[in-house]
Amino acid sequence: MSDPKVELRATPPDPHGSAVDTHAVNLNSYIRLCAVVFLVVLCTTSAMIATSFSHIGEGWTLKVALILAIAVVNAFLVAGYLMHLLSEKKLVYTVLSFTVVFFIGLMGLTLWAMAGFPPGTASH
Amino acid sequence: MEIPYTIELRPDTGVYNAKLGIWLFLASEVMLFGALFSAYILLRVGAEPGMWPHGWLDVRLGTINTLLLALSAITTLLAWAACKVRQFAKFKFFHGCTILLALTFLGIKSYEYHDKWIHYEIALGSGAHAGQFADGHLIEKSADFDLAKKTGTVTLHGHFVQDRKDLMDLCSPAAQSARNEELTINAADIKKMENYGPKHNTFTAIYFTLTGLHALHILGGTVVIAYLWGPGSRLWRRDPERFTNRIEVSGLFWHFVDLVWIFLFPVLYLT
Repeated sequence: MSDPKVELRATPPDPHGSAVDTHAVNLNSYIRLCAVVFLVVLCTTSAMIATSFSHIGEGWTLKVALILAIAVVNAFLVAGYLMHLLSEKKLVYTVLSFTVVFFIGLMGLTLWAMAGFPPGTASH
Repeated sequence: MEIPYTIELRPDTGVYNAKLGIWLFLASEVMLFGALFSAYILLRVGAEPGMWPHGWLDVRLGTINTLLLALSAITTLLAWAACKVRQFAKFKFFHGCTILLALTFLGIKSYEYHDKWIHYEIALGSGAHAGQFADGHLIEKSADFDLAKKTGTVTLHGHFVQDRKDLMDLCSPAAQSARNEELTINAADIKKMENYGPKHNTFTAIYFTLTGLHALHILGGTVVIAYLWGPGSRLWRRDPERFTNRIEVSGLFWHFVDLVWIFLFPVLYLT
């Protein structure tokens, strides 16, 4: 339940007629949210470390995939809740969509390059 | 002259200008770090079997730094929330915590760098251990030590190995059971002596590049946050909403820096 003493509407009337940032804030609920996020980060970090020292699969591929999957969960928490990406404006999503496309392209080029080195450019 | 859209939302974008600016900047940062991560993938996959280091970094220190950054990301968010509810004293407290956590992170990173700087691998060309490698931390070099002139001695706290490959996996049973002791080596017996700095091998090169660039981001972010905590906080009295937006923008940068570390930690320390 929100505390009326610390609650403030984050959209006061604007003299120019346009709204300001619409994130309504309640400090106590933010503290609770942050406590949950930190606990989950603690758990996911422990899970990553446990996975790295465990004997899963034969090579490193499965281990690396698992560790990176946990890191993605961690990143989702930070981006979604701490950076408010779960409730952002359409333009921010558009900018990030382009970034994702270019990032995938960059990684795709890397994988493509690994598939075949031009003659004389790799020793093995 | 008044700068437009520092508080109110710009009708065509739906956000205030600084927020759009920081998101565009962060998009370019994703590509910068993405390029370095792709370089890491190429170097790692291209490494000869058994020649990619494992266990060279201290997981305990990496874990502490991960938690410090996560905590600092949280205090940054709470500082912004405190501004939103007009509690300046709480803002000061939370942002002060962020600065302290960031400085602790940098202190631990410096310790890790120093540890690599005084860690040496010495290839021996002659003497009782000819053909072997001495690996350990530098204790001292004699006053007359000169590798070019082959004079003097160097003392390490470490051990000898037969094959350089034995130094690659420090989590292996052989490496775990190695007993470190004080080794005094004559300069005349040394074929090659090199610390674990960036030029040691491709792993240390990409490690120092990635973490160094990240540490520079931490340093830059800390300077900005310290400015907003100190002299920059005067804006609060004149225009609290605009000041709050500045805190949000610096916070978004800080969260991004945390995001980068979330991937750096497992990639460099755990895999």
